[in-house]
Amino acid sequence: MKLSSDRDLAQHLYHPVPTPQELANQLRATFPDLLSVATEFRGEVTLTVLDAEQILSVCAGAREQLGFDMLLDLSSVDNLGDDPRWTVVYELYSVAHGAHLRLKTQLSEERSELPSVVPVWRTADWHEREAYDMMGIRFRGHPDLRRILMWDGYPYFPLRKDFPLAGKPTELPEVAFTRSAPLEGGPFVTVPTQGGSIQREPRARNPEA
Amino acid sequence: MSAIVPATGRSVSEVGYNSKIEGEVIHTRLDSAINWFRQNSLWPMPMGLACCAIELMAAGASRFDISRFGSEVMRFSPRQSDVMIVAGTVTYKMALAVRRIYEQMTEPKWVIAMGACASTGGMYRSYAVLQGVDNIVPVDVYIAGCPPRPEALLDAIIKLQGKVAKEPFLRDWKKDAGPEKYGRLGIELGEKGEVIPS
Repeated sequence: MKLSSDRDLAQHLYHPVPTPQELANQLRATFPDLLSVATEFRGEVTLTVLDAEQILSVCAGAREQLGFDMLLDLSSVDNLGDDPRWTVVYELYSVAHGAHLRLKTQLSEERSELPSVVPVWRTADWHEREAYDMMGIRFRGHPDLRRILMWDGYPYFPLRKDFPLAGKPTELPEVAFTRSAPLEGGPFVTVPTQGGSIQREPRARNPEA
Repeated sequence: MSAIVPATGRSVSEVGYNSKIEGEVIHTRLDSAINWFRQNSLWPMPMGLACCAIELMAAGASRFDISRFGSEVMRFSPRQSDVMIVAGTVTYKMALAVRRIYEQMTEPKWVIAMGACASTGGMYRSYAVLQGVDNIVPVDVYIAGCPPRPEALLDAIIKLQGKVAKEPFLRDWKKDAGPEKYGRLGIELGEKGEVIPS
């Protein structure tokens, strides 16, 4: 823990607050076979849950035993071409400890299903609906797993890497329709570069070319 | 008009129009008169969907004052509105609601597509955004800008007034409604939609 002032030091001495790293180690001691070694990057601690099926019990333990009483965010990553394809990311926060913790778990495309954490944090409800809507990952035990951004009956999962930004044409009478958007040579994207503004500027970069 | 004067029992006849009280008579065509009524009292349906709606609100407030053009009565019910101002990004999910609200508006009705998004999809070349509200409703006036200034909206209102003023109302009405409606009103129309005096 970084103690940058006398006040920090005093608070630490009289009310010792566990650091995120300590909390991560405690969680790992509770689930020794389920969690990887905590990695720290720029002060952010990440634990990988090795079995996505156990995410509910790990989250319940993090909440009940370690006081991670907030789920800040739940997101999903599409690692297209890799196996397993999906990464589901849970951002936890403890108000009492002022500590962040990130949980990650991998999920194969064939399964695309893992337990819902709504029983632990009710806020997971809409986060999981969004992940389902955009990525097509199903959450078992979710109380109301409907699409949240697109409309019911939309046939695609638009945040997957193999879904074109322009969209796909759909014709659903009485429900909705979509057409591909004209991209005029796009999508226009930036690339990570050390170069100047000319290199940084968004340009048409065709992944196939 | 006539009235019985009780004291004498005589019937007194009055003329229907007293020019001394009500001013001079204006001769015009029914088309022009109806369009004149309409164009100066366009009640907007504020279909505010994104940041353009902020400029729409500014146009309705005191500084820009849309009431100078008879359009200050923003109705949030489509049944009481004449012109739908689509101000903002129309997503596919919202498109169904926009279409439905348009259908709930009573005739005559007009549409202003305010800003780049409502006109063409704007910068949102995406799976989620309808590429121009004219895919689902007939648009009368498009406004460029992202977002347009309130003056641009006022200009669109004035342009729409000019369009309303030129509408061949009676001819269209005849086409839509058929002769029985005109029979009720006692109006007879010629080939070009002109009123034939009976």
